[in-house]
Amino acid sequence: MYFVIAGGGEVGFHLAKALLESSHEVMLLESDRRRAQVIEEKLGSVVLNAPADEGRYQLEAGCQRADAVIAVTGEDPANLIICQLAKWKCNVPRVIARVNDPKNEIVFKALGIDETISSTRVIMNVIEQELPSGGFLPLMPLTGSHLELIEAEIAAGTPSAGKSIGSLGLPEGAAIGGIVRKGAVVHADDTTKLLVGDRIVVLSPTKDEAGVRKALFG
Amino acid sequence: MNIVIVGCGRVGAFLAGQLDKAGHAVTIVDLDRGSFVHLPQGFGGTTLLGNGTDLEVLRTAGIDKADAVFALTQGDNRNLMAAQIARQIFGVKRVIAKVNDPIRAALYRAHEISTVSRTTILGTLLEAMLMGDAEVGKVLIEKSKAAEAAMAGELG
Repeated sequence: MYFVIAGGGEVGFHLAKALLESSHEVMLLESDRRRAQVIEEKLGSVVLNAPADEGRYQLEAGCQRADAVIAVTGEDPANLIICQLAKWKCNVPRVIARVNDPKNEIVFKALGIDETISSTRVIMNVIEQELPSGGFLPLMPLTGSHLELIEAEIAAGTPSAGKSIGSLGLPEGAAIGGIVRKGAVVHADDTTKLLVGDRIVVLSPTKDEAGVRKALFG
Repeated sequence: MNIVIVGCGRVGAFLAGQLDKAGHAVTIVDLDRGSFVHLPQGFGGTTLLGNGTDLEVLRTAGIDKADAVFALTQGDNRNLMAAQIARQIFGVKRVIAKVNDPIRAALYRAHEISTVSRTTILGTLLEAMLMGDAEVGKVLIEKSKAAEAAMAGELG
């Protein structure tokens, strides 16, 4: 397969090397001249010394026939724009973006880039399989909407503990989808009271995330 | 109107000052505290230190209640990201991004983001001035001169 990699940092370099070793065809775009020379020295003529966020260089790199474009620069805005250009201008069937700030996974998905990789998130998942107590964790965006799924745990001392759902003052458009209590799913309606130890799943418009947090945790 | 401006360089600061004077509620965001010196004296809006492509920072800036958002940092990509967050995630009606690369400016315009390219706007104006075509920049130049005179006047 043919892969275009945007960004020749450590991630881009090792990715290109690994793909070449498994007999794929690779073109790596790197805007820094000296860095591009270093990579060319090591990997051969698979480097284009040019910025990947400009359409003409994506064309020069052959994005029109690429099976995938992978944007792995250290800048999230650049990775977003590179992927959007590849999708819109070159009709690349698959685009993958590295996100440095894990919050941007949700942003990228909302803006049409479905495949993201966050090294922070990968490491976090290894360290903590569990939600920290009293935690509030935006889980994932729902594709094709501006909604996201949030998981929260009601701990002792959480302001919403003991309150009915109807009295929480959740933002309009946000809803508690379910409660996990002692390992079982409890139906949630306005009269249901939240108890200490409950894990809840909230559906919320992405823009109202802060309002949901306030309603639950004060 | 509630207006959020991302990027407090010369353009962002100038626009913030004009809109503040016209009575709008302006919040201006920049990564560098030092950049707020560009704001005119007596600026009555809010300054916020932070990254204008960060969801939390934009929320703090009040983007969910903004009537208009301008993305005016020095980076085209940052501007396009901030503008898309405003338009697509927060549903802000009027969003304008400064995008100096004409190709990206045209492409994103086709995707619901109003873009303004200094490259083509200034270039077109300069060409018209050289060719003696006064029509092209007539109103623009008059208004700019008035704003410049006002700013110079304020400095005494």
